Amino acid sequence: MKLVVVTDATVPAELPAVARSLAGRDEPVEAVTFGGAGTETGDLARVLGGHGVGRLHVARHALLDDYAPEAWGNALAAVIDRLGPSGVLASAGDRGAEVLAHAAARADLPLATDCVRLAGDEDGTWHVTRTRSGGVLLEDAELRAPVTLATIAPAVEVPQVPLQPAGECEVVESAVDVPPELARTRVVEHVASETGLSLATAPVVVSGGRGVGGAEGFAVLEELAERLGGVVGCSRVATNNGWRPHRDQVGLTGTKIAADLYIACGISGATQHWVGCMDSAVILAINTDPEAPMMQRATYAVEGDVHEVLPAVLAEIRRRAEEPAVAESVERQV
Amino acid sequence: MDIVVCIKRVPAFGAQVPLTDDGSAVDTRHLGFTIGPHEECAVEEAVRLVSAHGGRVTVLTVGPEEAGEQLRYALAMGAHRGVLVDTGTTDLDPEATATAVLAGLADEPEPDLLLFGDASADAGHGQVAIRVALARGLPVVGGITGMDADAGGGLRATRETPAGTEVFRVPMPAAVTVKEGLNLPRYPTLPGRLKAKKAELRTVSCAPEPGGLRTVGLRRPADDRAGAVPLGRGAAAAPAVVDILAELGKV
Amino acid sequence: MTEIPERADVVVIGAGIVGNAVCHHLAELGWRDIVLIEKGPLPDPGGSTGHASNFIFPVDHSREITALTTDSMRQYEKLGTLITSGGVEVARQPQRVEELKRRMASARAWGVDAELITPRRVAELVPFVDPDILLAGFWTPSVAVVDPLRAGALMREQAIADGALTVSANTAVTGIRTDRGRVQAVCTDAGDVETPVVVVACGVWSPRIARLAGAEIPLTPAVHQMMDVGPIPELEATGTAIAYPIVRDMDALMYERQSGADLEIGSYAHRPILHEPDDIPSLESAALSPTQLPFTSEDFDPQLEQALELFGSILDRPDAGVRHAINGLLSMTPDGAPVLGPCPEVAGLWSAAAVWIKEGPSVGRMLAEWLTHGDCEFDMHGADIARFYPHQRTREHVRARANEGFNKTYGIVHPREQWESSRGRKLSPFHTREREADAVFFEVGGWERPHWYESNRALLDEFGDRVTHRQHEWDARWWSPIVEAEHLAMRERAAMIDLTAFAQFDVRGPGALDYLQRMVVAQLDRPVGRLCYTPVLTPGGGFRSDLTVVRLGEDRFRVITGGADGARDRSWFESHLPADGSASLVDVTSAVCTLGLWGPRARDVLAATTEDDVSGEALPFGTARWIDVAGIPVLALRVSYVGDLGWELHAPFEHGQALWDAIAEAGRPHGIVPAGIGVYGTTGRLEKGYRLMGAELDGEYDPVEAGLALPKVKAADFVGKDAYLAAREGTPAATLCTLTLGTLTVDDHTGTDGIARYPQGGEPIVTTAGERIVDRKGRGSVVTSAGPAPSLGAHLLMAYLPPEFAVEGTSLQVEYMAERYPVTVARAGRTPLFDPEDTRMKA
Repeated sequence: MKLVVVTDATVPAELPAVARSLAGRDEPVEAVTFGGAGTETGDLARVLGGHGVGRLHVARHALLDDYAPEAWGNALAAVIDRLGPSGVLASAGDRGAEVLAHAAARADLPLATDCVRLAGDEDGTWHVTRTRSGGVLLEDAELRAPVTLATIAPAVEVPQVPLQPAGECEVVESAVDVPPELARTRVVEHVASETGLSLATAPVVVSGGRGVGGAEGFAVLEELAERLGGVVGCSRVATNNGWRPHRDQVGLTGTKIAADLYIACGISGATQHWVGCMDSAVILAINTDPEAPMMQRATYAVEGDVHEVLPAVLAEIRRRAEEPAVAESVERQV
Repeated sequence: MDIVVCIKRVPAFGAQVPLTDDGSAVDTRHLGFTIGPHEECAVEEAVRLVSAHGGRVTVLTVGPEEAGEQLRYALAMGAHRGVLVDTGTTDLDPEATATAVLAGLADEPEPDLLLFGDASADAGHGQVAIRVALARGLPVVGGITGMDADAGGGLRATRETPAGTEVFRVPMPAAVTVKEGLNLPRYPTLPGRLKAKKAELRTVSCAPEPGGLRTVGLRRPADDRAGAVPLGRGAAAAPAVVDILAELGKV
Repeated sequence: MTEIPERADVVVIGAGIVGNAVCHHLAELGWRDIVLIEKGPLPDPGGSTGHASNFIFPVDHSREITALTTDSMRQYEKLGTLITSGGVEVARQPQRVEELKRRMASARAWGVDAELITPRRVAELVPFVDPDILLAGFWTPSVAVVDPLRAGALMREQAIADGALTVSANTAVTGIRTDRGRVQAVCTDAGDVETPVVVVACGVWSPRIARLAGAEIPLTPAVHQMMDVGPIPELEATGTAIAYPIVRDMDALMYERQSGADLEIGSYAHRPILHEPDDIPSLESAALSPTQLPFTSEDFDPQLEQALELFGSILDRPDAGVRHAINGLLSMTPDGAPVLGPCPEVAGLWSAAAVWIKEGPSVGRMLAEWLTHGDCEFDMHGADIARFYPHQRTREHVRARANEGFNKTYGIVHPREQWESSRGRKLSPFHTREREADAVFFEVGGWERPHWYESNRALLDEFGDRVTHRQHEWDARWWSPIVEAEHLAMRERAAMIDLTAFAQFDVRGPGALDYLQRMVVAQLDRPVGRLCYTPVLTPGGGFRSDLTVVRLGEDRFRVITGGADGARDRSWFESHLPADGSASLVDVTSAVCTLGLWGPRARDVLAATTEDDVSGEALPFGTARWIDVAGIPVLALRVSYVGDLGWELHAPFEHGQALWDAIAEAGRPHGIVPAGIGVYGTTGRLEKGYRLMGAELDGEYDPVEAGLALPKVKAADFVGKDAYLAAREGTPAATLCTLTLGTLTVDDHTGTDGIARYPQGGEPIVTTAGERIVDRKGRGSVVTSAGPAPSLGAHLLMAYLPPEFAVEGTSLQVEYMAERYPVTVARAGRTPLFDPEDTRMKA
């Protein structure tokens, strides 16, 4: 049996699919989740059933009602012990990785994390490919254990497996024993996110370098950043020229960011800078030099002077704000 | 408050990681080494806690003799002692790493706090701290980006999730893995570097048994990154730029 | 990526400051179809231009380097990429104070405003330094910081706007195609470009690129460590890149400069760390850039303490940390100078390598002029790639000298200082005898030459107070009073001097005469057996060389030139050989040894070894003849650079020791002594007013100014003839003069500490009012050579003086080690002070 560990309210589709691909022809795929006395699991069972998972084991205990890594890991180890699966999978999110690591430690089993490819052979060894160093490297590894444990990365390859008929997922209550001292690592409080913007956490960073030309040149960047709900950053050239304070610097010797949108204005993108912004989801480069590294590596590139491009962008934003209908029609063309 | 911070020597590379010809390892001939950003934050936090509450910071690493360089970096940041668990140049799997860390801790007095980075910057297995904590019978919380020691000997630790902040209240002694963002780590000062240079390191030799996860080889992912999409030149590119901003929901 | 053109007039490889500057100046000079190829991205391709500290101190002891630097500063300023910060070099040690005084002399010589200041004043200029550990400062207000990436981009843009330049970045050069020793095309991963001219401006990668064409560019990548410490509130508060003067902590071999909120600290004190061009990481695999390698902190640690000593007030703080530290790569050459000009091995391949940020723009201009006109405004003989002999281009030699030279970057280097590494490369056949006579060897072109012989120490007693004993350690360093004693022995008896380091070329063929006539100023169409001393000019009429040509037959000549210039001269002569093959040149340096024999007894000595007639009638001055000396065939040249009766005896190399023994044996009854190059190159020649290539003679002075214009101009055309004719028509802007320290009768050159001082060369000549003397072409008057004249009882200086001062008897001053001493113009022009009628030589 292959066991899928569900640590969140939703189940990524690839999780049961990968488990299925690793399972033998007649080998069932089952799931486990955690809950307190009142935790509702019906919706989850329906979703899992849709993925061909036959059973959902609910490890139920008062200490498991809110997230508690040690207690959940302890419960998972007990479930593994009881059900005797040949392989256990979780998604590589914060909770999945943590709970599996706790279970692996307790069961004295190895664990392969962040896998993007998994294949099993006859003797039960898994041949996995896992990501390293934030994805710039792949590691091929062998996982050999009585029970193989792995977490799968969002980018996992989902092998072609025969479509599983959607079926009923049976909910199996599974009372577990949790040592009371494990309450020590329960979440005791949830706080809604605050909105204070810092360079490290801002969703949008509008950053300027040599091409901005001087301290005064940052005014237009400030305006755009405010408009986009972001903050202003800069390159090392800008700090070294005294145009911006050091706390604004993005890069190896400044702050490493992972924004939704990074706008690099007049920044050539030397490695020193690139490593500070490369984790951003979308990077827009504006530079007079199309041969600059930033212009090659960015998601989008505009060739031109910052002081020509940014005022035009601001004007366009204002224009669309005044004429929302037009803006929408343009958006649909994208 | 006595704190032990576990750090790892990792290569610092640029846009592309050079590999040895046989793909067995990163080719480090032209690379410098560093400790990962999570671990820099761990050292910083330890130094701050100790300067606020008293005590001392011990940094511990598992690796080759050269990892002493990373211990000295942490000493230059303000840590007080260094312990090197010399396991030679072979990369260890996470189970063996945990064994080696435990060997390093064996002769150390029980710290109030055992800090780790959330995952090492290179291998990133993310499980050594948990294995060590379990073996030492310590509570462990992970992915922490905020922490405070309270008067009652407890630790308030927070972590960010998409839904908001989760708060833990953990009795000490405890183990914690921290994430970048916890603080802004300092750069080593000049006097700090000079002091660190002279510091004695305690060295422990250890040859742990390998665990069940064996690395076969490393490779670079196929470079399927598309080049930048050109949006045009000069002011004429503005509508295309704003389209993208709109698509991303920023305007 | 720009489409790469199929053909170009010139391809420049490398878009650092040098490559950009070459393109810009070529475009200014009217070149079109220039292609610039760069492997990396723009504007920062990843070479040294992208990480250098970018500050410029204009004063250097070398005129050439100072000229390149000040011209570059003008160019940076014109492009708006220069910020003047001022700079101060500080001394912690007394020897360094002396060195700063010597820098003052160089500043005056080259016309750069500078001042010696007290530690207190240093602390006023840079309030963070601790003045208590300093003894003095050398303040140069014009020191500046530049932006070479921006300057390069602007230069490129201008050339593109002129329609002269195509830039192809992110393009790797994969080969350079040659055919029969000429460049044909540059091959790249984006296609091939046909071109007759390739300029290699690839910084630390230059050797690798030149090798693609089969040429060697002798340099090695070497580490220079730098770190940034900050943030420092006092610096951040200035809100600018640099608000305080740059400090060079000379005795610590370090510098400290503001860089925004940080203090940047650089070092030339660490162990030399040399790399191989082939081992530099690629752009992709380098953590920062290929030339910013991982910092090796253990090499820098001693410098941290030095930095804390001087800048403790801002560095010893908990909030100022090491934010950035690199092992930056720069280019080191065997002699520390740049490597410029046409590569001797491959026609059309040019080197523009081993250039610092401070020289880049001007090197671009010089290279462009050189490519266009065949020469350039500044004399570049010290930077000419052709200056290296083959053994000096080998990896072993380059590494050995780079290793030794690295810590001299901020060191105190005596003008006569000798290298310790890579010695004993070339030994004359007299070497065994010279060692037996305890010769002290100096090196030229790899040759070991006796500078004086310790075995002659007994002569000091013989000549007593006619020999000067220098009391000041600096003046006496790399010098010996024995030189003067050997000189006097030669003047009274005879001396034998090893001149095997001469470079010698045999030129033969039906076109030999026409070819050589085109190369030199003097008339060579003379009878067989005649020898000529002649200038060799640049196309612009300056000195390319001076040498001797002997007509050995109708179609056969021997060219004899100095060991220091042999490699350059060979490259120049070879590159001008007729295309039709009617003349050939063979370098016979390794086949010939030369023994100089001069002095009033020289004829007696020589006559005792030969049955040939060596009388003045049979072998008059200015002739050459084959004679037998003790059974050895010897080409005897009746010529002298020391002004006494005698010969250069040229013999087959393998007979050298026998020749030495025969002359020594025959000379013993006459009291012959072995004499070193100290006599040949300094005392003997200065008394005779003979000029030395590289000292008095260079590309910036013409034969009229040097007093070497010949009475008649031959009909045949020759390189530089138009300029030569023009120079003869006009009045010279300066005339080479010989000056005496003090006067011929009053020996007035005692410093304030009561010790007599002896200028060494390179010092400014100023008026009695202390004003700098500059000729109408803007050239300052500087001591070109200096040394004792034992037969005259004087210390002589040579210097070019403008007409109003080039008057015998004029009183002037020489500025030496921050003091001024009176000097007198003893001779304007070439007539010797010693034996003006040349009666001894022609006896």
